[in-house]
Amino acid sequence: MILRIDNLHPATLIVCLIPLLWLSVDIAFDNLGANPIQALHIRLGDWSLRFLWLTLAITPIQTITKWRGMANYRQMLGLYAFFYASLHLLSYLVVDHALMWRIIGIDIIESSYIWFGLLAYIIVFCLALTSPKSAKKHMGRNWKKLHRLIYISAIAAIIHYYWQLKGNLAEPLFYLVILVLLLGFRILVWLKNRQLSKMMIPKGKKALELGEEQVVISSASVQDKFKTK
Amino acid sequence: MIIKTKNDIPSSEITDPLIFRDRRKIIKAMLATMLAGSGISPLLADDNKPVWADLPTCDIIADSLTPTPAELVKNYTNYYEFAFNKKDSTKLAQNLITDPWSVEISGEVESPGTYYLEDILRQQMLREYIYRFRCVEAWSMVVPWVGFSLGNLLKTVKPLSTAKFVKFTSVYQPETMPKQRSNAMHEWPYVEGLRIDEAMHPLTILAVGMYGDILPKQNGAPLRLVVPWKYGFKSIKAIVKIELLKSPPITSWNRFAPDEYGFYANINPAVAHPRWSQNSERQLGSGFFTPRRQTELFNGYGEQVASLYSDMDLRHFF
Repeated sequence: MILRIDNLHPATLIVCLIPLLWLSVDIAFDNLGANPIQALHIRLGDWSLRFLWLTLAITPIQTITKWRGMANYRQMLGLYAFFYASLHLLSYLVVDHALMWRIIGIDIIESSYIWFGLLAYIIVFCLALTSPKSAKKHMGRNWKKLHRLIYISAIAAIIHYYWQLKGNLAEPLFYLVILVLLLGFRILVWLKNRQLSKMMIPKGKKALELGEEQVVISSASVQDKFKTK
Repeated sequence: MIIKTKNDIPSSEITDPLIFRDRRKIIKAMLATMLAGSGISPLLADDNKPVWADLPTCDIIADSLTPTPAELVKNYTNYYEFAFNKKDSTKLAQNLITDPWSVEISGEVESPGTYYLEDILRQQMLREYIYRFRCVEAWSMVVPWVGFSLGNLLKTVKPLSTAKFVKFTSVYQPETMPKQRSNAMHEWPYVEGLRIDEAMHPLTILAVGMYGDILPKQNGAPLRLVVPWKYGFKSIKAIVKIELLKSPPITSWNRFAPDEYGFYANINPAVAHPRWSQNSERQLGSGFFTPRRQTELFNGYGEQVASLYSDMDLRHFF
């Protein structure tokens, strides 16, 4: 790779704030339409979803391109997903409901689509808390287990989106297709690895060699599959 | 701010403002139509002034409401025939052809017929009705409609005793309505219905205008139903047919998702939509950090309409 992605890190950090800046400009110029509170809320929700999806895209990109240093981006984008999701939640509590807790309570109890949003947020919140490298070291193997919950968070987030609509499904469907691709990639890799590890059970040196050949072939075929998409 | 006063003049003594105002306009428009051969609505004739500037206000309801700014009402409306989002549907609705417009009134009536909208308006007493409007999506607004009593219109065609329900049908105009063209979501045209006592209720109106002017196309031009104690989707737009029936019609949203959108669709904070609460609503025009409005049973019109449902389980007949 000629491109030094490490150098782009600070730039990316700032680029990720553009949606917020853009939203602030729209608020300042009263550009949010007839129901600005809902528009603000939806915009923040959309961006938390997008950042969550970008976070999930890092591992496949890394696998395909073999770029180094992608893990840092994964952490940063994940934290941005948390950041926008927190603003999304705050806009619900403060901007829309003006912290009227009784009405908020009834709304949450009676609105099943909010349950999925809350689940998605609680997971992202836990992942953000355990995001520092020190926490990762401290938690050891559990860290990976915990952070796999991001898949549940993503699925809950898309249900949260879909479950509040009256029938206009084009947008959640778009996000769903991408999510299926992102998670499907992982399943594919996992299946290949499992197949390989089965073949790698040592039955003598020959079997091992065969297995290694398979590794090269199969990882190449995975890449080919994604290139054609 | 419109301040409502009790109307002391008996209604029989008021000259119908439409007839009074529109004589000149209708003649003008007829000339224009003859000359251009094109459809310029008589109501749309060139004046920039509001068509109905100072109409008497309906005095059935005592409380005075402040209308939502017109710009918000004009830019925040669902019209699924055109698009599934409010912005695009408002834009595309401008393509709707509303002239000429006639309405068929048929079914269980003594004198069925098809009437030009202009002829209906000449017979009916137009008034301003300032109503709260509550969408099933949990937002609300206050709209000063211009319209007339649906009951009065129905009386002119003499309903038979067998007429128990009223079915309303929207226009089928696939050439201007993309979602009808692609057969998306609903079985088009859109259909809504009321029980006969709901239809005859003095709060139930057919609207032809709002804010003193003719209805914008996205808001249901040229003729729409307004039932202020029911969720907005009951208030069907662009009506071309009104049928009086013996049995309840199958209505569009009810057909689409029967467990989510009932035939009655009475506004009720205690009965949640299966997926979201109906307990509170966001009022259009309210600022950031303003609490939501607590939704009222029958949208606050319980005093007038609760008796229609006195022996009904509103949770079952939602």
